[in-house]
Formats: sequence, structure tokens, C-alpha cells
Amino acid sequence: MQEQTTADDPQTKGVRDVGVVIQESENNRPVIEAIEADNPGCSVMHSPGLVRITAPGRIVITQETVEEKLGREWETHEFQMAIVSYFGNIQEWDDDEIVIAWDH
Amino acid sequence: MTLAPENKTKKAKKLSMKARYEALTRGLDWEPSYVEKDEMFPHLDYEGIKIHDWAAWEDPFRLTIDAYCKYQAEKDKRLYAVLDGFAQGQGHLGLTDASYLNAMKIFIQGVTPLEYGAHRHFAYLARHFAGPGPRFAALCQSIDEIRHMQTEIHTLSNYNKYYSGFHNWPEEYDRVWYLSVPKSFFEDALSCGPFEFLIAVGFSFEYLLTNLLFVPFMSGSSFNGDLPTMTFGFSAQSDESRHMTLGLEAIKFLLEQDEANVPIVQGWIDKWFWRSYRVTALVAQMLDYMLPRKVMSWKESFELYFEEQMLGGLFEDLAFYGITPPRHVEDAIKEKEILSHQVYWTLYQFSFAAAFTTSAPSDEHMDWLSQAYPDTFDTHYRPLWEKEKKNIEAGGRHFAPGLPQLCQVCQVPMLFTEPGDATTFAQRESEFEGEIYHTCSNGCQWIFEREPEKYRQAWLPVHQIYQGNCGGPTVPEVLEWYGLQDGDAGEYIGSRDHRNWQAWQGEAAADTATPDETKAGA
Repeated sequence: MQEQTTADDPQTKGVRDVGVVIQESENNRPVIEAIEADNPGCSVMHSPGLVRITAPGRIVITQETVEEKLGREWETHEFQMAIVSYFGNIQEWDDDEIVIAWDH
Repeated sequence: MTLAPENKTKKAKKLSMKARYEALTRGLDWEPSYVEKDEMFPHLDYEGIKIHDWAAWEDPFRLTIDAYCKYQAEKDKRLYAVLDGFAQGQGHLGLTDASYLNAMKIFIQGVTPLEYGAHRHFAYLARHFAGPGPRFAALCQSIDEIRHMQTEIHTLSNYNKYYSGFHNWPEEYDRVWYLSVPKSFFEDALSCGPFEFLIAVGFSFEYLLTNLLFVPFMSGSSFNGDLPTMTFGFSAQSDESRHMTLGLEAIKFLLEQDEANVPIVQGWIDKWFWRSYRVTALVAQMLDYMLPRKVMSWKESFELYFEEQMLGGLFEDLAFYGITPPRHVEDAIKEKEILSHQVYWTLYQFSFAAAFTTSAPSDEHMDWLSQAYPDTFDTHYRPLWEKEKKNIEAGGRHFAPGLPQLCQVCQVPMLFTEPGDATTFAQRESEFEGEIYHTCSNGCQWIFEREPEKYRQAWLPVHQIYQGNCGGPTVPEVLEWYGLQDGDAGEYIGSRDHRNWQAWQGEAAADTATPDETKAGA
């Protein structure tokens, strides 16, 4: 029912995962691709309607990569349209990037 | 079609997100001049929480009013486009089965009123917190919550045209026995002080358990052909991530402000973890028993969303402040193997008095349960259903006459067993001012004994029936007082929804079948 693909074997014992869950849709596909590109070592799990991306320690979503994949301007606020859930702490939500990581 | 990227240098100059957020939350705030600050914010001291610097509150979302309105409007636009398409295309006929809607009946009866409660109380927080950052975050959440309530009603009202059980949910929420579980949970939170409410709902409900509560509903609806609920779910859940942030920010803020806050917050985490967890019992049985096409088992969902993400991730982070995982969490972990089976078995027997229907799992369904619960299903629960199969074959589908004893705290019938022993019912007794009170678990007993003067006031539906406050002494009188109609309650097979569903699907099959196949339709 659920498929999981791991881009890289992270070899990161002791680093806790953070994750973000995104609605799987045509609009969000480029956003998901951008996250995969910017976070080598992330794992992607598909379940009905949802994509769950996890990575050891930190996930970054950068405006530049999303705009490149999307082929149009994209402000980071727009990520609110895609995000369903996350775990970790949103450390940064700036004009140019969003960072999810644990604080301690 | 995609648009070519515009030349970046043409971007209009505007303040950075950070500067805009600062301007909104700091620049627009003022110091009172003709009243004292304590008079303006009178509810912030009595819980014992100490705040030294409200300005230390930082909302990572840096949301401003223009961005909030823009994206909320876009979310609504997308949702209502889906709802229109669904209604116009008779989308309800594409569900996996009409029995799927039992999960949605519980949702509108038990969850939608909570959204309204949250709307009210976050509006209160938006008035009463002494810092502009948390006030604005609470204001947004308050507006979100009423949007959730409205969009849930609109989404599910499409089904009310064709199916039973959706027509009287606000009154049912106030009256029906199983709905007193979410109702008493939320009213417990609403009657707390502002900081405890924030930890109860903002943190425990919205961060710790939100994925367990909502993500299964959405994946379940996606997998069972319920496009509107899935879309509503995503629309609401995108707000939910903002609420999670508020909850996490709230707890870190309280812990960083003063060391004396740590034990108070720990007590609230201990209490509200268990209170919220007990509400998820309804979700557990929905996942394992009510979805015709299964998404993931409760056990799997609990391991992923709670054990891995929260215990393995979040609580490691909170350990920095001296916070430990919630009390009684070990009992919850032990229960993951049995929770859904025990809850559904109870709902199955009492659904003659509910606004949803139940049915015994099919052989195929039981095989799925055996595989999902290899250590418990075949030993403890398959034999019950096999026995019930014989009852049904003999024309004696089992309903439990009489009324169950309810836990004084969570108000779930006393159906739970001792931690680690699925064959012995758990029953806890506490005495308070000469009266005996019963609770279902170590967690609920601990909560009762911490604040007995609060929980002894619980409005327990079964007690109320016996006291004559619920329409009368007989089952039909109580059901009438609940506002139930024919077809709302009981067994699914042969119910009005089931008969209609078969007729509609039969018509479709008859329309497409070649002449000599028409009889095989339904």
C-alpha cells in the first residue's frame, strides 16, 4: 500500500529525522521535486493522496529551486498550500527558504 | 501550461517577511495608559505560569494579514470547486461502499463541534494573551477553526441528501453517549485557564496527536473515493501545520520563560496526552474496521506518527528543558495491539443506540486484521467474530441490551483491559468525599485523582438516562430524545443506506451490462 524510496543511504546514526507531509497533486509535484533536489539523503514515502518526505536532522525548502522546477515565481508563503503536516520545528520561514529541524 | 520566469529585477520592492511580521506584531501594539496591564489581561496569573518577556514569542510562520487572507481564500476556492464538481457528477456513487460513510458520520458528529469550540476559545486567547505575537497567532487559529467547521458542514452536507446519520449532529453532540467522549474532552479543555488550554489543545491535541487524528481520515477518504472529504482534509490540515507550530512555539516559550513553569507544563502534558489519546480510540476503530478499503492499521499509524515522530523526535528535543515523555505512555504503547478491536466490538454491540451503523467484518477483512495484528487478532478477537458469524447465520445478530458503565474521566465505556493482559478488564476505583468513582485505566484514574472536584461533575450519559433526564426510561424514548430516525442506527447490512446503495449500484450495473447479464448486477 505504501512505497518508500530512499535516495541515499544516510549513514546518520544518532541524528533524528525530521519530516514534512505534502498533498500529492499536480501543483505540488515541482515542490516535491525541489525538496528532493535540495535534500540529498531524504526518503520519500507515498500513501493515498500524500507524500511524506523525511530526512536526518534537517529539511530545507528553497525558493530558488522551487521557482526553477515550477517555471514561475513562488513565494515561500505559498508552501502553506502544499503542507499537510510536519514533524520537527520550523526554524526558519523566510523569503528565500524554509528550514525544518529539531532545536536540541 | 507554465509561465516563463519573469525578470527578477522587476519585483516590486517590499519589506521582507521578517520586517512585515515585526511591523504587524510589534509596530501595531501599544502600552495601556489609562488602565494597568494586569487589568487589561486579568487571566494570566492564576495558573502559576510566569512570563517575563512576551516579546520573546516568535512565530516562525511570520504570517501577516494580507498573506493569511490571500492563501485562505485560495484554499476555499479550491475546495468549493471540488465540492461543486462532486455534487454535479453524483460523486457519492463512486465511494467504495456506503458503509464507508459511517466514519464520516462520526467525524461530523464528534469532530465538527470541536472545531467550533476551538474557534471560540482561540478568540478568547486572542483577546487575553499579553503579547501581540501569540495574540495574532491565536486570532488566525480562531478564524481557521470556524472555517474548518463551516467547510466540514458544507463538505458532508452533500451526503446528507442521500444517506442517514448526518441530519442531527449538533443535538447529538450534546446528547448521545459516544459523543460525550469528544465533548467532555473539549469542555474539559475549555474550562481550563488560558495556558493550560494552550497545552491541552494547541500542543497535545494539535501537535502530539494531530497526525493520528486527521491524517488517517484523509488518506482513508482518498482511498475510498471520497474526494470532497479528502480535499477538505487537506485544506484544513494546511492550517493545521500552522496550529502545530503555535503549539510547539507555545510550549517552548513557556519552558524558556521560567524554570518554575516546567513542572506545571509537565503535569499538563501528562494529563492532556492521556485525555487526547483516549479520544483517538474512536479513530483507531475507524481505521481498522470502518474503512472498506484499508489504508494502514491503527498499530502501524501509532508507531509511525506517535512512537517514531513524537517519542523518537519531539521528546528528545523537549528533554533539553527537563520535560519527559508523558506519564502512562507505556500503557498506550501496550494498547496499540488491542485498542481498535476492543472499541469496535463495543460499538458493534451498542450501535442500536448510535447515529451510525456497524457490521461484522468479512472473512477477507479478518484476514487483513490477522496480518496487521499477528499477536492478538487470531487469539482474542477472531473467535468472537466467528461466534458472531454463527449468531448471524442463525438470525440472531448480537446487540447488548442494557447500558455500559462509563469511565468518569474519558467517558468511554469501561471496555479496556489491564496493560499487557488482554483478558482482564481494567477497573479503577477512587473515593472522593464519600462517593466511589470508576475509571477505565491508570491514566484516567490519575487524572481523576488530580482534580476530583472537577471530574465528579461529569455529565455521564448513562447516569443521565438512569436519572430520567434523557427522554424516558426505555430505549425508544431515549433514541427519540437523541433525534435518531429510522435508518440511522443498528446493523449496516439491510439498513436503508445499504438497500439504497445496492439499488443505485444495481441500476448502474444494469445500465452497462449486456442483456443476458442483467441479473448478475447487484
